[in-house]
Amino acid sequence: MSASIQGKSRQWKRPPFIKNNTLRYGLLALICIYFVAAFLSYDVNWTRVYDGLDRGWQFIKAFSHPDFVTRWSDISAGIWESIIITVTATVVGIILAIPIALGAASNLAPKPIYLISRGFIAVARALHEIIVAILMVAIFGFGPLAGFITLTFSTIGFIAKLLAEDIENISKPQAEAVKASGAGWWQWINYAVQPQVMPRLIGLSIYRIDINFRSSSILGLVGAGGVGATLNTAFDRYEFDTAAAIILIIIAIVMVLEYGSSFIRAKVQ
Amino acid sequence: MPVSTEGNLKVWQRRDRKKQLSIWFGWLVGVAIFMFCWKIISDATTWFFVFDAPRIAADIGGRAWPPRWEYLSELWKPMWDTINIATLGTLLAVIMGVPVAFLAANNTTPSKRFLRPLALLIIVSTRSINSLVWALLLVAIIGPGIFAGTLAIAIRSIGFVGKLLYEAIEEIDINQVEAIQATGASKLQVIAYGIVPQIMPAFAGLSVFRWDINIRESTILGLVGAGGIGLYLQSSLNVLAWPQVTVILIMILVAVLISEWVSSRVRQAII
Repeated sequence: MSASIQGKSRQWKRPPFIKNNTLRYGLLALICIYFVAAFLSYDVNWTRVYDGLDRGWQFIKAFSHPDFVTRWSDISAGIWESIIITVTATVVGIILAIPIALGAASNLAPKPIYLISRGFIAVARALHEIIVAILMVAIFGFGPLAGFITLTFSTIGFIAKLLAEDIENISKPQAEAVKASGAGWWQWINYAVQPQVMPRLIGLSIYRIDINFRSSSILGLVGAGGVGATLNTAFDRYEFDTAAAIILIIIAIVMVLEYGSSFIRAKVQ
Repeated sequence: MPVSTEGNLKVWQRRDRKKQLSIWFGWLVGVAIFMFCWKIISDATTWFFVFDAPRIAADIGGRAWPPRWEYLSELWKPMWDTINIATLGTLLAVIMGVPVAFLAANNTTPSKRFLRPLALLIIVSTRSINSLVWALLLVAIIGPGIFAGTLAIAIRSIGFVGKLLYEAIEEIDINQVEAIQATGASKLQVIAYGIVPQIMPAFAGLSVFRWDINIRESTILGLVGAGGIGLYLQSSLNVLAWPQVTVILIMILVAVLISEWVSSRVRQAII
């Protein structure tokens, strides 16, 4: 605690976050310089923003009277497609993620397999779904299949990374006990590793359903299926009431998924 | 313990018959749902194009290589914009998200009946909508540009910051707060000296984590006109300039990996 003497009474001062003075002020100065530079590179057309406020207000008002009816066939088709993409991509993604997670766990896999799996995971996690979707649409054509492949790819990256970390943290005594009973490699995985990581895998999978649904609602923007295409059209035509309806449906489904997933995760763990 | 008898032998089994049957039934339903969904996707797919995919992928790969490295000189400015969108967006989100978190936390909210549900509503609605949708909306409202992108990132991140922070606030040690209260501190002083120091590590960690996610998200906002490197990706794709696309993708990959590394280092240093 640092105390400075002011007159007769001593006053307490909060200790600084970074002790070294030069480092503290240096960092502060760098941050200030960065912000000035960043602000200078912004070129905001304030009259356009001002004109847009009216449209923004209309959009907010649209939430009080969302229009589910006029384009209901488009909306329901899009939502169904999003759900279907979510289900299939999550299932296939998890099935494919398990072997890759085994390969990416440093206590199981030999070095070359470990490096390949980790590299794959890094690429799958770094590229945003939309970028992958653009490539997949270019390769496989428009439609939900491209969305399915995209989400499968990013699901693999997500589940495999977190599952591999969990496998690396398993308790050794249990694993050794199974090995000591003369189990083969598969039996070892099945009886020593799997029971220890299963709760985590279930939790991650359910969490991933949630993420995949959220992502599947934007894949339509690049033609990879789902409700995003309908949403994009609604914005392009300034049909804010239809857009509000779609957004409300998405929020409702995400909330249901979130409550369901927190319920199941609490039960499993 | 479920045991079945085969002749004179007693065989140990993991589950009894009823439980095993219900698990099988669960698998049956699951597989049936999956196959049904798969059939719908399969019906919506032109399989001729899919079988042609390896050739097309090879074709695109052939055009995309070698990357057109000269294009890199045009990419520094959009990359700078992308980083600004992510950083300033995260900053705005933190500024807006912190009050929301304090309103949403059970132990700091001024009114449980009105303000808490409102704060939770803000958190849920901003969180469940993807930043690309926010960008789409903001581009329609305030026009294209990095300003719309920054706001989109900021709005999407409010819910993230708010949710994780209010959970951290609810888990604080109440004794420290009471100790500050006992010294006669005002409400604001209690927050500043009793609560803030306790949630500071969580707060710093989640801000950096969100910044890292936002770098990745801001790379694509340009697709809907909200600025950044996505704009260049879009225009290169539109003219089928695959060598430029390769350069952009490599640049995005490097930026994301660097930001991930920075964020994990900072989080390790804090926690």
